[in-house]
Amino acid sequence: MSSVAQKKGFGAQVWDYLTTVDHKKIAIMYLAAGTLFFAIAGLEALFMRFQLMFPESTFVSAGTFNQLLTMHGTTMLFLAATPLLFAFMNAIVPLQIGARDVAFPFLNSLGFWLFFLGAVFLHLSFFMGGAPDAGWTSYASLSLYSPGHGIDFYVLGLQISGAGTLISGINFIVTIITMRAPGMTFMRMPLFTWTSLVSSTLILFAFPPLTVGLFLMLVDRMFGANFFDHTMGGNTIIWEHLFWIFGHPEVYILVLPAFGLFSEIIPVFARKRLFGYSSMVFATILIGFLGFMVWAHHMFTTGLGATANAIFAVATMTIAVPTGMKVFNWILTIWGGSIKVTVPMLYALGFIPSFVAGGVTGVMQAAAPLDYQLHDSYFIVAHFHYVIVGGIVTALFGAAHFYWPIMFNRALNEKLGVLTFWIFFIGFHLTFFLQHFLGLMGMPRRVFTYMGDQGWDLFNLISTIGAAMMGVGVILLVLNVLISIKSEPLNRRDYWGDGRSLEWALETPLPFYNFKQTPLVRGYDPYWIEKQEGNKEGMVYAEPVGDIHMPNNSILPLIMSIGTFIAAFGALYSPWGDQAIAGTADSVSPGLSVGLIVLGLGITVGAMIARSLKDDLGYHVHVAEIEAIEKDLAQYRATGKKGGNK
Amino acid sequence: MMKGLKKWRLFSLLAVMTVFLAACGEEQLSTLKPAGAVGKEQLDLLLLTTSIMTVVVIVVSVIYLLAFVKFRRSRVGENVIPKQVEGSHTLEVIWTVIPIILLIIISVPVLTATYKFADVAAMEEVDENGEKTALTVNVTAKLYWWEFEYPNQGIITAQELVVPTGEKVYFNLKAADVKHSFWIPAVGGKMDTNVDNLNKFYLEFDKTSKDLKDGVFYGKCAELCGPSHALMDFKVKALDRPEFDAWVASMKATEGKTASAESTDLGEATFANSCLGCHAVSGVGVAGSYGPNLAAFGDRNRVAGFLDHTVEDTAAWINDPEYYKPGNLMTGKYNVTPEEAQAIAEYLMTLSVEK
Repeated sequence: MSSVAQKKGFGAQVWDYLTTVDHKKIAIMYLAAGTLFFAIAGLEALFMRFQLMFPESTFVSAGTFNQLLTMHGTTMLFLAATPLLFAFMNAIVPLQIGARDVAFPFLNSLGFWLFFLGAVFLHLSFFMGGAPDAGWTSYASLSLYSPGHGIDFYVLGLQISGAGTLISGINFIVTIITMRAPGMTFMRMPLFTWTSLVSSTLILFAFPPLTVGLFLMLVDRMFGANFFDHTMGGNTIIWEHLFWIFGHPEVYILVLPAFGLFSEIIPVFARKRLFGYSSMVFATILIGFLGFMVWAHHMFTTGLGATANAIFAVATMTIAVPTGMKVFNWILTIWGGSIKVTVPMLYALGFIPSFVAGGVTGVMQAAAPLDYQLHDSYFIVAHFHYVIVGGIVTALFGAAHFYWPIMFNRALNEKLGVLTFWIFFIGFHLTFFLQHFLGLMGMPRRVFTYMGDQGWDLFNLISTIGAAMMGVGVILLVLNVLISIKSEPLNRRDYWGDGRSLEWALETPLPFYNFKQTPLVRGYDPYWIEKQEGNKEGMVYAEPVGDIHMPNNSILPLIMSIGTFIAAFGALYSPWGDQAIAGTADSVSPGLSVGLIVLGLGITVGAMIARSLKDDLGYHVHVAEIEAIEKDLAQYRATGKKGGNK
Repeated sequence: MMKGLKKWRLFSLLAVMTVFLAACGEEQLSTLKPAGAVGKEQLDLLLLTTSIMTVVVIVVSVIYLLAFVKFRRSRVGENVIPKQVEGSHTLEVIWTVIPIILLIIISVPVLTATYKFADVAAMEEVDENGEKTALTVNVTAKLYWWEFEYPNQGIITAQELVVPTGEKVYFNLKAADVKHSFWIPAVGGKMDTNVDNLNKFYLEFDKTSKDLKDGVFYGKCAELCGPSHALMDFKVKALDRPEFDAWVASMKATEGKTASAESTDLGEATFANSCLGCHAVSGVGVAGSYGPNLAAFGDRNRVAGFLDHTVEDTAAWINDPEYYKPGNLMTGKYNVTPEEAQAIAEYLMTLSVEK
């Protein structure tokens, strides 16, 4: 078994990816799936912006627009940003801590397949009677009222993909706590690993409330329960709480790894140690902690009362303090450094002012009485896009350029990258800056159209032009990826020349076991330390070359996920739901509905039983094989030809 | 290139801020041109936070640009290894303490205003005759229209809120079907209309609306409530207290008014047969009807909240409401010919309490 891509048949390749438990391959699958959904959600955004380009436009209908806005938000957060960050977490975190894989490779694969099939399920709604249309927040009164199966697709799709996210989060927590190489103490962990750990912990605590909320919604919608039906004693505000107890930490789940990525990029291209490492770690943990204390600032206008609003206003403002610490630490990292403006650094440099702009509007909204004006207006739309695009998407794009050499042994084109950055960056500000003012000028969000002569026409037009530029930027980035496939393999370590953490010490392409010998970490920025001491191998080792224990591939994660997918259809077409009874949604016979649920869950549980009864102890790569693989790799790097043995 | 662009951004930010905060948006619906004490206080908060935050953005940008300009590798030298600084406790303390101070400065007016805006105790105050001293309006949001009931006056209207200037007007807010949110941007911040409970707040209207472009303030639904969420507009007419009292009196005078099926007017007769079940033409009553009260239809500024207030648009709306407001609950509840619709529209225009 060689890690250098051997010529395999297409079927064998596909099978390899369907069954893989290798964190590097799962990372690539996350990247591909995340990019697909990012493109879909981006297209939805463009449709919406074209609809709003002119007043009273009829490009899309009111109902379609609500489906677009719901799917745009849901997809971008759950099915694009999350998997794209998971892609980098999977690809890089094990390398940064000196591990050969994650703690639970099987669960890693299960997490991916659950996410992917949940996402596919949700998107089938477009072809099966209409997508969800109650916003990504899916507030209970509207979502219970919504006819058809859109909301059911939302509830079930997110339930499945949410389980996948939760599983992946647990996996990363355990990986980072238990799989660190000797000497990689907590306070030597790279910031991306730290933020991944904190973010995964947030997932662990934030997703259960969502799961509970979705489950209650599921039985409300599909089996006629009344948790949120106020006419039957239910309460819709409970949904708002459950959703935002999840929903606010979700923002930090996404933005913290993005902070981590920038904390990796900036020191490399400033050629300088991250300023205030320990305060960065402290700030990360503090943001994660405070992230759970502020959810009700999404509900200032719900009518919780002055005291609740006051407490949540102050709590929300406090988040600005650790966030400010981070921003200043980044700037002080640059200060006194030697700045090289590469594409990843360009994204990092663009990120700082954009994110600060998004952050300060957050403080403005934390001022509860002011938020009464800003809430649910375009001001909010501008604010969270400054945070999400300015903070998270720039991190993803920057990290793609930054880590491409490690993930694919290829580099993305710098010139094209610079062009992409400027088009995207200018487009981004053009789209969202003026939306602050649209909100202040009285434009509510989530409107499918507006009447002319309300003073909004020009800004909406400019905003749409900006959105089109962002679209062009994304197309250029995809083009860059496609071009890179045909480019020369790099076959080297430390592509950027100033790598600091362990992942840069590895020579690409990586063997499937990552580290021939487990490294010994002698300090923060271990690769930098070794380089400074003239160590040509980039690391010192904690063990002699020995047998390596690796996990077996398995198709069971996919089968388990397919089981939940089938069961979801059974629940979706349940004949007991209010909408089904009212005749506003199709349903199947009780037998078929229950049958599908039993069959689907049976497949899942059966696969779990099979997994439990048959011990899978993995296998060992013996020393002789390791030497052969390393020889192969060395030959490949030198000549570009694949080895003959095996 | 980078340097130039960053500077350009900074200047444009400042310029844009000044221009926009000074004069932008339409007077009848911009939060930047408030016409009431609540909105003014909110604008003050906006200006306070914006100025503090602009200072923050400028300080950060200046340090950042300076760092960027001074420490480019082209200036520092290709092979220089910078000093690997670990951090600085002094700096950490500085940039922790300064934001805390700024936040304390912001939170004082924020907390004061939070409690102030939530104070609706005056709603229950009564004078020596046991009559409520403050004006209260019960707002019920429905798919996709607004009902305004004046419980102490015993009158009811829809789509166009009429309020007196120069006093606190209290609102009881509720939604009848799905959640909506009641927002008059130019007068003050919004509050949600929940299905579960009554929300209460107050607004103040400082000036009459008659000098505005359409003679009304614009009101919006601010919570996604279905396909026609964007069209769930209402209007607000702010009158002097005497004019308001006169309006209340003329609304009360419509008591018992109804449309007659025997009327020689085709419009009134058809209305009586097809529409009266849901739409009352008397302004005296209580909340809870299926359709908007039409007693003051002829005085309104818009049809269905957003169409032009003409006979043509009214007739078109009656002919095919689904086309104009998808998802509305009026579609399919009646059957009238285009001629009848035209007649109804003409009849509706005669329903006025102001003329």
